[in-house]
Amino acid sequence: MRSHYSRRLFVNRFNLFMSLVTMAFGLAFLFWILFTLVAAGFHAFSGDLFTQMTPPPGSKGGLLNAIVGSLLMAAMGTAIGTPIGILAGIYLAEFGSRGWLAPCTRFINDILLSAPSIVIGLFIYEIYVFRVGHFSAWAGALALALIVIPVVIRTTENMLRLVPDSLREAAVALGTPQWKVIVMVTLRSVRAGVITGVLLAVARISGETAPLLFTSLNNQFWTTDLNAPMANLPVVIFQFAMSPYKDWQELAWAGALLITLAVLVLNIMARVLFRQTALK
Amino acid sequence: MENANVHAPMMQTTAGAIPTIIDALQLRPQVSVAKMPDPKQKSVQLQDLFFRALTRCFAFLVLAILLGIIVSLVYGSLPAIQKFGFGFLVSSEWNPVTEKFGALVPIVGTLVTSFIALLIGVPVSFGIALFLTELSPPWLKRPLGTAIELLAAIPSIIYGMWGLFVLAPLFADHLQPWLISTLGMAPVIGALFKGPPQGIGVFTAGFVLAIMVIPFIASVMRDVFDVVPPVLKESAYGIGCTTWEVVRNIVLPYTKVGVIGGIMLGLGRALGETMAVTFLIGNAHQLNASILAPGNSIASALANEFTEAVGDLYTSALIELGLILFVITFIVLALAKLLLLQLAKGEGRTT
Repeated sequence: MRSHYSRRLFVNRFNLFMSLVTMAFGLAFLFWILFTLVAAGFHAFSGDLFTQMTPPPGSKGGLLNAIVGSLLMAAMGTAIGTPIGILAGIYLAEFGSRGWLAPCTRFINDILLSAPSIVIGLFIYEIYVFRVGHFSAWAGALALALIVIPVVIRTTENMLRLVPDSLREAAVALGTPQWKVIVMVTLRSVRAGVITGVLLAVARISGETAPLLFTSLNNQFWTTDLNAPMANLPVVIFQFAMSPYKDWQELAWAGALLITLAVLVLNIMARVLFRQTALK
Repeated sequence: MENANVHAPMMQTTAGAIPTIIDALQLRPQVSVAKMPDPKQKSVQLQDLFFRALTRCFAFLVLAILLGIIVSLVYGSLPAIQKFGFGFLVSSEWNPVTEKFGALVPIVGTLVTSFIALLIGVPVSFGIALFLTELSPPWLKRPLGTAIELLAAIPSIIYGMWGLFVLAPLFADHLQPWLISTLGMAPVIGALFKGPPQGIGVFTAGFVLAIMVIPFIASVMRDVFDVVPPVLKESAYGIGCTTWEVVRNIVLPYTKVGVIGGIMLGLGRALGETMAVTFLIGNAHQLNASILAPGNSIASALANEFTEAVGDLYTSALIELGLILFVITFIVLALAKLLLLQLAKGEGRTT
């Protein structure tokens, strides 16, 4: 009896200890990756990074064109995807209580949320790049927009569902048209939550490489022509990191540090913003 | 009104009379709206209708995107489907020069790397979820949960670079020689751990994938563990169960469906992961029994070869690879979603 009890205690302690170990395992990789990035990327940081173009192999340079290209395409992708996502999210939350469309859309949206991003790239290649005959920044922005849409739909719907019905009813009782209730009352009351979703979407697309490979490709030179291939950080990092040249690899590390910092800051900002709304 | 009176003769005198009076006086709301159209109210109704239709259009757009993806991928892969038929799925040949293509190597590579990722990722995620729900002091829950979720925020290309420059050399020097000299000598599974320790290969790709899917699986597991009614757990503690016994006999059976859903979600992520695998898998179109050898996955074959593919058949074969990947991940993710929905339904029933 006694030994049975001590065995149970031992099994319990052992398994809980293993749980602690797995937690440490997960955290260790987070800090290991961040440490590597800072250590390798930091000494490549210099003024040149933000003022020079991507260099040919074997010479010094910066990442200016790639940084600007990434910012431009992320901004356009967000600008295209956000309104679509918010409107579809409104439908799911406000009009989606009956009928087949809302549950169906919700289901498909959750799948698109996790669908392989490289397939999105292939899709845009098929319907746009292939028809026009050349890679372009527009195609890249479209591919990114397709990744933004599901994220924004999901958060918009979840946020709108948090709004108590009494708020809607109060506005309707005043004789407000339904669309005004939604836009001016419910949507406005969860504004911070919706912005959280957009921030998360921006964080997600700023690191996406796969959908840009077949759409915006890369460009060694400065361009703001949206109909031409455009440099962007992820693809430049991919190309430079896989190359045998030391200069290129160092720039890749600097770019990697830059992207990770941006993504982590966006994520933490989104979390803080969300917590503030949730507490209110 | 006539009909109602026939079927309810008892109400004929009392209740039946009232609707008739109301109808006669035209007090019913729908009648009054139809008879006395208020121009302002009508424009408001139109606005509402328009707004509703607009949002509905964008909800349709989501379905249209899915349909568009499937149609465009099928259309793009038609030449390859016509040329190779079902043989595409079972042929391991991949030769752009003679234009002979088969998808077996990338399909196997995708499945094997994802399997390795789950083999490592699932127990670790379970441990993390257990720690976050049962062990962690309340003030540590949020920061630790956030830290694990940040693992999911790190872009895939960063995992790839880190794996290539940091992890692969480490594996080549330490872990893999050890695996070869111990497990490689074992009778049956020995074939899996043969060959030179190269660092990059199927195993390393699978290992990095494991780290990438941990945050997804762990956060689903944590969320479903949290829905277990406290009464169930407390009654188990009340009869003297240890924490582990409560988790093993109460929490896990209760959340079984959700846990499997979370694992499927992680699998869906692992299958479609592109950049990290492209850096690490070695991109060799060959089948090898050893998981230490380089291989190829669908996503990395696409990432490496698509922009350089010459000729319609080559491009088409790559698009067909993309179609296969999309179909596999779609099925896995749909199953995950259905399982999680089932848990949510069950939750509604018991409470």
